[in-house]
Amino acid sequence: MNQGGKIRVLVAKPGLDGHERGAQVVAYGLRDAGFEVIYTGLRQTAEQIVSTAIQEDVDVVGLSILSGAHLSLTRKVMDGLKAQGADDILVIVGGIIPDPDIQKLKDMGVGEVFVSGTPVSAIAQYIASAVSTRKNAG
Amino acid sequence: MNDSWENLIAGVKNRDIRAAARLITRVENRAPGWKEAMSRIYSRTGSARVIGITGSPGAGKSTLTCAMTKELISRGLTVGIIAIDPSSPFSGGALLGDRLRMKEIFETPGVFIRSMATRGMLGGLCQAARDVVRILDLFGKDIILVETVGVGQDEIEVVKTADLVMVVCMPGQGDGIQAIKAGVMEIADLYVVNKADMPGVDEAVADILAMLELSTETGKPSAPVLKTSALKNQGVKEVVTAFLDHRTDEDRRQAKAEIRAREEILSLLAQEVSGYILKQWENENRFCESVNQVLKKQKDPYAIVKEMTQRFNWS
Ligand SMILES: Nc1nc2c(ncn2[C@@H]2O[C@H](COP(=O)(O)OP(=O)(O)OP(=O)(O)O)[C@@H](O)[C@H]2O)c(=O)[nH]1
Ligand SMILES: [Mg+2]
Repeated sequence: MNQGGKIRVLVAKPGLDGHERGAQVVAYGLRDAGFEVIYTGLRQTAEQIVSTAIQEDVDVVGLSILSGAHLSLTRKVMDGLKAQGADDILVIVGGIIPDPDIQKLKDMGVGEVFVSGTPVSAIAQYIASAVSTRKNAG
Repeated sequence: MNDSWENLIAGVKNRDIRAAARLITRVENRAPGWKEAMSRIYSRTGSARVIGITGSPGAGKSTLTCAMTKELISRGLTVGIIAIDPSSPFSGGALLGDRLRMKEIFETPGVFIRSMATRGMLGGLCQAARDVVRILDLFGKDIILVETVGVGQDEIEVVKTADLVMVVCMPGQGDGIQAIKAGVMEIADLYVVNKADMPGVDEAVADILAMLELSTETGKPSAPVLKTSALKNQGVKEVVTAFLDHRTDEDRRQAKAEIRAREEILSLLAQEVSGYILKQWENENRFCESVNQVLKKQKDPYAIVKEMTQRFNWS
């Protein structure tokens, strides 16, 4: 992954919900925080997300999910990354996530969950510190 | 994954996608050892055909790249795509959105897509793009498509390193064609008027033809002008056939190759030298100070460069 280079983040929306606005706000916000953001927009399959994450060699995958299907969609992405030996990529999830599901997502290996309305600056801060911790560890 | 240069290079030769992606990141980040790594792979590159795709923002370059890729794959060729978007000069971040228009080929076997930011690399973008092309070439891609927005000088320099340059425009864009005049025209081998499903295509084609008539650079065969609708997948086969069949005449090809080799050595040298000097100055924290001095008009840039190079007894 990157060494002293830019932090690369994939922002993707898995599943069928058509609300792109939140993901766009995050994508622009992360760009303004100095990250290189690969934006692939709506209706991504888990396979598409995994293959993009690998080819782009991103440090972070950010999933934006408003459909309510966050558990199954995230599970698919996590499994896909693992199957490709790419589970060292940090996965974060944003969207409308009920409280009890936050821990479930974390148990799957998700680094952090950001519920709708979280300021992008908080997401950016989390990414910057989590990525640098990982790099120092690995 | 063992991330040594050696392993990554071996992985790329074995068509390991992760290894290629990692090697690109490392080289793009100019991680220590990158030049040695590139030097090691250089002799094994040069077999891919590199197509530069440029043109005004929103003309449909990414959509067309996707459509052309599907056509190339159907002809049994493998494809690497490098999609370059600008970095923000303020934050240093970038929004790389070309993939939005390429979803259909995310999982197509034989396709590798890499988004790349310009990173304000003081003329270094060109070199970095060349390096990524070589890595995809080593990987065994038959065709490498490099998409840039044809506005900045840096981006134009990038497509110039391609074997063939395609300029994409769209109808109803008088000023777009104006923009093409400034710099891109000299390097275009092929024009595509995309969005042919919209009104005004024939006018756009006529505009380009008229412009081409005005300047027939000696020895350069005039570039063909084709129409496509990338969205409806019309005219795409013809474009692919045109660039696969395109043969630059030998004299021109050699002249281009010589210019390219010359420019690459000079640009590597310039980066090496300025990088070396800058590093020393930054260690001494003087560079920021110098920038401030210029801003406050206490010093001028000429004097600062003179100071920076003094220890080498130049001039
Ligand atoms: N009508 C029509 N629209 C098209 C066609 N090709 C692309 N578009 C649309 O034009 C818009 C821009 O397309 P892109 O492929 O992103 O254009 P681009 O030149 O890569 O854009 P930048 O990379 O931002 O400069 C999108 O909304 C496309 O759907 C076409 O053949 N016909
Ligand atoms: Mg594009």
